[in-house]
Amino acid sequence: MTDTLTQQWTMICPYNRLEPERGVAALVGGEQVAIFRTFDGSLYAIGNRDPIAGAFVMSRGIVGTRGDAPTVASPLHKQVYDLRTGECLDEPGVSVPVYNVRLRDDMIEISR
Amino acid sequence: MKNLVVVGNGMVGQRFVEAVRSRDTSGEWRITVLAEEGRPAYDRVRLSAFFDGVSPEELSLHTPDDEVDLRLGEPVVSLDRDRRVAVTGAGEYPYDALVLATGSYPFVPPIDGRDLSGVFVYRTLDDLEAIREFAKGRRTGAVIGGGLLGLEAANALRLLGLSTHVIEFAPRLMPVQVDEAGGAMLRRYVEDLDVKVHTGTATTAIRPRNDGEVHGLTLSNGEWIQADIVVVAAGVRPRDDVARAAGLAVGDRGGILVDGTCQTSDDQIFAIGECAAVDGLCYGLVAPGYAMAEVVADRLLGGQATFPGADLSTKLKLLGVDVASFGDAHGATEGCLDVTFTDPATRVYAKLVLSDDAQTLLGGVLVGDATAYPTLRASVGGPLPGPPLALLAPESEGGGTGAGIAALPGSAQVCSCNAVTKDQIIGAIHEGCTDVGAIKSCTRAGTSCGSCVPMLKQLLAVSGVQMSKALCEHFDHSRQELFEIIRVRGIRTFSQLVVEHGRGRGCDICKPAVASILAALGSGYILDGEQAALQDTNDHFLANIQKDGTYSVVPRIPGGEITPEKLIVIGEVARDFNLYTKITGGQRIDLFGARVEQLPQIWRRLVDAGFESGHAYGKALRTVKSCVGSTWCRYGVQDSVGLAVALELRYRGLRAPHKLKSAVSGCARECAEARSKDFGIIATDNGWNLYVGGNGGFRPRHADLFASDLSTEDLVRLIDRFLMFYIRTADRLQRTAAWIEAMEGGLDHLRAVIVDDSLGVCDELDAAMAQHVGAYEDEWRATIEDPERVRRFTSFVNAPDTPDPSITFEVERGQPVPALGERRPVALGLPTMGARQ
Ligand SMILES: Cc1cc2nc3c(=O)[nH]c(=O)nc-3n(C[C@H](O)[C@H](O)[C@H](O)COP(=O)(O)OP(=O)(O)OC[C@H]3O[C@@H](n4cnc5c(N)ncnc54)[C@H](O)[C@@H]3O)c2cc1C
Ligand code: SF4
Ligand code: FES
Repeated sequence: MTDTLTQQWTMICPYNRLEPERGVAALVGGEQVAIFRTFDGSLYAIGNRDPIAGAFVMSRGIVGTRGDAPTVASPLHKQVYDLRTGECLDEPGVSVPVYNVRLRDDMIEISR
Repeated sequence: MKNLVVVGNGMVGQRFVEAVRSRDTSGEWRITVLAEEGRPAYDRVRLSAFFDGVSPEELSLHTPDDEVDLRLGEPVVSLDRDRRVAVTGAGEYPYDALVLATGSYPFVPPIDGRDLSGVFVYRTLDDLEAIREFAKGRRTGAVIGGGLLGLEAANALRLLGLSTHVIEFAPRLMPVQVDEAGGAMLRRYVEDLDVKVHTGTATTAIRPRNDGEVHGLTLSNGEWIQADIVVVAAGVRPRDDVARAAGLAVGDRGGILVDGTCQTSDDQIFAIGECAAVDGLCYGLVAPGYAMAEVVADRLLGGQATFPGADLSTKLKLLGVDVASFGDAHGATEGCLDVTFTDPATRVYAKLVLSDDAQTLLGGVLVGDATAYPTLRASVGGPLPGPPLALLAPESEGGGTGAGIAALPGSAQVCSCNAVTKDQIIGAIHEGCTDVGAIKSCTRAGTSCGSCVPMLKQLLAVSGVQMSKALCEHFDHSRQELFEIIRVRGIRTFSQLVVEHGRGRGCDICKPAVASILAALGSGYILDGEQAALQDTNDHFLANIQKDGTYSVVPRIPGGEITPEKLIVIGEVARDFNLYTKITGGQRIDLFGARVEQLPQIWRRLVDAGFESGHAYGKALRTVKSCVGSTWCRYGVQDSVGLAVALELRYRGLRAPHKLKSAVSGCARECAEARSKDFGIIATDNGWNLYVGGNGGFRPRHADLFASDLSTEDLVRLIDRFLMFYIRTADRLQRTAAWIEAMEGGLDHLRAVIVDDSLGVCDELDAAMAQHVGAYEDEWRATIEDPERVRRFTSFVNAPDTPDPSITFEVERGQPVPALGERRPVALGLPTMGARQ
């Protein structure tokens, strides 16, 4: 359970800076976060580091679906991650961190 | 370890070694191969392809194996059976088991003049190289022998540009395989190719000219045939010389006598392949030899296999004519019945031999159209798979050839080359083989002559395997089908396509594939609107992502030709942005280590200097490499650079199922390596030769000659159609080589479509290419001129001026390279140490 009172939200950018089904990278307290807008308009945020390749590239992957899961594929070696949980769907046991994301007054905000 | 010595590294010897190696998991045998020929095993069955431009390397059957001691050019001269050693000129090799796989030698009848310069046989690659060399500048040729080999040799002489005669002692061509009527049909085909056929007559002598080289032949019917070169193809005899001298038993008509286990009269020695006389009978085909190889491999490792007897069926394409014979082709069985079908108009001849009650198929002959061959051959000994005439009639009249497959008994051999039965193939399918490729690697069926591949497809179909052509979970269609849907229905967006014809929201497989189709169908700038979301990162940032998340930049340098001024600009850009530079294999310069936000700045400089995108990031035309050609080179016969530049500018930006590479060489010396490209052009005295379907990479393949001596205009038209047809019909990520290989009818079909317009699509293909050429614009210029588009190029949306702190470099050989630091990749569940004792 997250305590909304103590939660720190960082303002990132206006919603329309995100293209549908693409991501952007942002710096949040020194950490790199990849933020995605899916086709239905929902927002997701995960760590920008590809845990398999070690490079900070997740925001540049292709966004899509696998079954019901909204996904992004690493642009380096194409492993697919569930945007909701950060789990890698191709390599059991591999995952990326997920961040809370919300929209306030048309601004995207992230918290850890 | 025991010593296993193999004598001969021909087709069967090689298969034997592979069979032992794959079964001998405990390392029981140490293998030495003593080979007479100077090159490792090659595909003798396809020997004649050498004259179609297939290189010796492509014919090779050899897979390097450190555990096998292969000694080339070291024939065995004798066997000392008491001491159990094989003796060569270089030494002695002790054995615990010895396998003779010495094959056959060409039989040359004892006629005058057989030793003259200019008389050849047709058995090895060396023979063919010698024939090609000697034929240079000569005009006429004759082949003694009108059987399978003789006709292959005749075609070779014809391809070398000689006016060619064939002399056959029997009253018809290919007397062993076909009957009288089939022979007559075959003769008509052969004579149409301007090969003169003389049957029912013997060669009495080969006569020399004054200089001692061959001049011509005298025939027993009194005729004189002038010939500057003579090839003797009068049959083969088993190579049993070494065995004979060692006192092993031989057959009445030659051949090393063996029993059903391929053991000779010495129980430590085996004989396999053409040199072996199994119960007195030699087999001149490769399939029985492979079966023998498997028998001995099995026995040496404790098995009990025996030679199952052989199927002497053959299917050949000789001088472009399909000829097949199977089972009891000559109707030698008592009381058998013939059903024949002759159509002089389409020049098809077919005969089935049936048992006296007309219930059982015994054999048959097909000339001109052999589509029914695989089904028929597999049905020999069983009931007919359909009414005889329906089986024989050419496909156009009902095409009943597929009907029989379900009726075949499980024990029927579907692939005779590799002795694979229907049951084995069905088994493989049930174990999860879902396409022909999987069946090939699992059962070996279809890997030799390929004539059974249509049956493999049918078996997949009847087994209910939906040959899954589905692109991914979002579409049940293949790329080709999606292309047609998008084209015909005029679909412009991925969303419309996935809603109407798919499900979900796509993935990294279907999105770039659809993006490529939309681009090929001319929808302009690839990053506008919804298309932006389809591109993978390379296309999205118009640069190639590297392992550290930086990108590389490749400006187009058409044909590899560049001015000093432009070279200096590249150098300055690289220096100013601290980029690592490397010359690529495609005669361009690659600049590495750019961060996304640097890309528009770099390109601003490059575009101002007159550069444009090299599309190194796209599944698109990469480069048209060239040699310096007739402008400078003293051998050049055409302006290869000029053509390369023109082609590169014509096809730049063309999006395709996979990358496209090309090259142009200014003469036959081929310095530009055009034959390793998707389309390669080699200059001739009269114009250009076009080669298609080559590639380097994981499985290198030389391009095949597609058309010769073309004018520039004709050349460009053929390439236009070739590329557009490829873009329309290939699978996702299928290079042109694999595309042609998978195409039913292969290169001939491709020629029919784009030269003869057999599908009536050439106008459309031409129009599509014209549209591409007309609509081309440089993607990078279009990008940097539009601030909205440039905005995409930032590392961090909330800190546009901060460069990605994770990207750092160290210096290696004077240039920046990614600093690994803590970003060293994690091993995917693989232990990094301690795994090996
Ligand atoms: C042009 C042509 C077309 C053909 N087409 C077909 C076809 O369509 N279908 C078909 O089934 N078959 C075809 N064949 C026949 C097929 O190639 C042979 O059946 C097959 O190659 C036999 O294999 P092998 O290993 O027994 O003999 P080979 O492949 O001849 O190998 C024998 C090897 O042993 C070597 N050798 C001989 N003596 C010694 C020694 N003392 N020491 C060391 N090495 C020795 C030889 O140099 C040779 O390299 C064709 C043959 C030719 C020439
Ligand atoms: S291919 Fe011919 S023209 Fe071109 S460089 Fe080589 S020798 Fe010269
Ligand atoms: S029949 Fe020749 S490869 Fe199968």
